[in-house]
Amino acid sequence: MTTTASLPLMQGLLLAGLLFGLGLIGLLVRRNIIFMLMAVEIMLNAAGLAFVVAGARWGQADGQVMFLFILALAAAEVSIGLALVLRFYREFNQLDADAACRMWG
Amino acid sequence: MEALFYIAALVGVASTGMVITRLNAVHALLYLIVSLLAVALIFFLLGAPFVAALEVIIYAGAIMVLFLFVVMMLNQGPSTVEQERRWLQPGIWTGPSVLAIILLGELVYLFGSGTVQHIQTIVPVDPKQVSLVLLGPYLIGVELASMLLLPGLIGAYHLGRRLTKAEAST
Repeated sequence: MTTTASLPLMQGLLLAGLLFGLGLIGLLVRRNIIFMLMAVEIMLNAAGLAFVVAGARWGQADGQVMFLFILALAAAEVSIGLALVLRFYREFNQLDADAACRMWG
Repeated sequence: MEALFYIAALVGVASTGMVITRLNAVHALLYLIVSLLAVALIFFLLGAPFVAALEVIIYAGAIMVLFLFVVMMLNQGPSTVEQERRWLQPGIWTGPSVLAIILLGELVYLFGSGTVQHIQTIVPVDPKQVSLVLLGPYLIGVELASMLLLPGLIGAYHLGRRLTKAEAST
């Protein structure tokens, strides 16, 4: 038990950091709003993974509780974000984020 | 068991890398679903089966379906049929299918070889423990989450509604 219990911590946190970095790169490079939203989802998921890994390391339920909160946050964020995408497409007829460089109320 | 973790991690990273490089939104969504399933398998390996189930149901199920609906709503016009014809070619499905089959093989191995009992002895955090903590010390957080979801619903409805002619002319 002691040999395997300490293993998932470092590797799990490393995986979470890797996924978060990939999401950040995706958010920075892509200009399509749908892909930027997907990258934000990847980053939120990676943060949740880090919480669950830490919770599993000490056998506490707090990490999973935090993951549930992140899940609720992601659901609310994605619903608002996708409504904004629909609105954006109706306004500009494209999904390029640079098209919104000028806002006029 | 460590090998299972590494394989699932590799599948997750590979599919996430594919998500941020695909040009087609539906292809990226397929890879994103595989990535979320890989993370769910890792949750299961870490001794958190409840969160793994929630990851599959809410993230890979509900949120990805929302994305899919919006992508489908945005693709309009006669070019859509041509796009669909190109999407339906079997070559497109091989990437996500191979990655998902790797995850399925891990699951079959887990349940087939009786390794599940071995996992439960590592750091088990069962759903009862989670819900006791969630509705005990974190009750205020649950209330805050509910207060976040209601404005989310109202905001999504308000932003996504069709404009009336009077509003569109102003």
